[in-house]
Amino acid sequence: MVSASPVIELNDVTFSFGAAPVVENASFSIYPRESVCVVGPNGGGKTTLVKLILGLLQPQSGVIRVFGAAPRSARPRIGYMPQHVLFDPQFPVTVMDIVLMGRLAAAGRNRFLGWPCVADRQAAREALRFLNMEPLARRPFAALSGGQRQRVLIARALSNRPDLLLLDEPTSHVDTLGESQLLDLLRELNRRMTIVTVTHDLGFVSNLVEKVVCVNRSVVVHPTHAITGEMIHEIYGAHVRVVRHGEISDEKEEHAHE
Amino acid sequence: MSDFIDALRDPLVPFVRYALLAGVLASLSFGVIGSYVVTRRITYIAGAISHSVLGGIGAALYLNGVHGWTWCDPFLGATLAALLSAVVIGLASLYAKQREDTVIGAVWSLGMAIGAVFLMKTPGNVDPLGYLFGNITFVTLKDLWLVLGLDAVVAAVGLGLYPQFLALCFDEEFAELRGVPVKWYYLLLLILTALTVVMLVRVMGIILVIALLSLPPAVAGHFARNLWQMMLGAVLCCAAFVAAGLAVSYPYDLPSGPTIALVAGTAYLVVVLGYKSSIWGRLSRKNP
Repeated sequence: MVSASPVIELNDVTFSFGAAPVVENASFSIYPRESVCVVGPNGGGKTTLVKLILGLLQPQSGVIRVFGAAPRSARPRIGYMPQHVLFDPQFPVTVMDIVLMGRLAAAGRNRFLGWPCVADRQAAREALRFLNMEPLARRPFAALSGGQRQRVLIARALSNRPDLLLLDEPTSHVDTLGESQLLDLLRELNRRMTIVTVTHDLGFVSNLVEKVVCVNRSVVVHPTHAITGEMIHEIYGAHVRVVRHGEISDEKEEHAHE
Repeated sequence: MSDFIDALRDPLVPFVRYALLAGVLASLSFGVIGSYVVTRRITYIAGAISHSVLGGIGAALYLNGVHGWTWCDPFLGATLAALLSAVVIGLASLYAKQREDTVIGAVWSLGMAIGAVFLMKTPGNVDPLGYLFGNITFVTLKDLWLVLGLDAVVAAVGLGLYPQFLALCFDEEFAELRGVPVKWYYLLLLILTALTVVMLVRVMGIILVIALLSLPPAVAGHFARNLWQMMLGAVLCCAAFVAAGLAVSYPYDLPSGPTIALVAGTAYLVVVLGYKSSIWGRLSRKNP
């Protein structure tokens, strides 16, 4: 796995809004089919890091490569679910309309002016079906619950059949049941693509991922099994209770409360 | 009402017919572009563009009256001023570090100031109120052809690029990630807005034309499931407001622009107030 060339590669990347650095000297690599979590306190630079990887922000120094190229040119291969869609609750748009937006860049298609073709609709339906949202395709987005909206936005990210999926806080509107369903879906997706999930929810981390990227201005990468209470204390600067569930450990049931 | 129908046939008042036709034709662009403007929440930018149009009208009348540039008519001045304002506001909000609302306020008031100065200095029979609040006696057959031409272009571009504009209005950042050059589309939307506003400046006046851009989509939005339904509803509402406003204003000798705006405003209020208690509102809440 490590011999493959990295999907995301950051080399000494620094980004600041004005004078204060938000991300400082970040260097790490993420490899194909890895599932990675980005954690850290609010305002610690998680979303900034994602926007750097997407090429929406340019670093002041350092180099970012996605699929070996500049982030901007890698965008067609990336599926992205933003943390907030500042959408107008009265915006007249259906679930299908939104998922089709993910297909706008679908390459190599003979199309007129961006109007969706049959293949686009099939891909959108497939993405909705994967998230168990197909029956709601014709519903207005505003009529959905928070968790359903999140699923629609994940479907929009998947409709492009990406090789890299970036999810910014996918659990923020989801209850515990929804969270475990989401984990199952992500596990299945992980067989096909690299997944980077931003979360403040540490419980979510330990169940899914192999690698944790800890962001609080500085960026540190750990393998999940190496996460300790001390590290969490270091990142968050406060005592945090760690609940490690047994699912990931292969030999013995482990349930450590620190 | 029969007075109005008689007037439509009366060869002595062709402008009634022209105004109605211009209003109904322009409804296509007003419904399409108005829906983008309302969902993208840039009604105030459309307001600034329409007010600044007075600068172009004033300059055109002045050049025509004082320097004898007879080819320079108010419609041309209005179009150029609207386009210039759209480009200035668009570039300022995209590239300059200026606060966007400050630039909008500047374009709004400077456009009107330029217009007022030129109008005051233009000799002869100039009716500033007619340009501010509309005067259907201004509408000529030539205007009608201009409206038809602009309408065809604006509606074709607005509808042809529907997927990109929908993505731009809903989630600009995501649209950019999907390869839509959002800055150019935003600028294009402002330009289309400028051309739309110009179409009915004669009928509605620069101050009231915004009512026909924002209120029909606002009414239609209460019943629409998606953007094209909103557009369709807005086109029909806009045409109905113009027709009803002209029909009411003519027999009672009321000014046409304000009457149309009042019809649109009343319809909007009825829908907003009636919606919550109505069967529509209850249905959509109970069964989303």
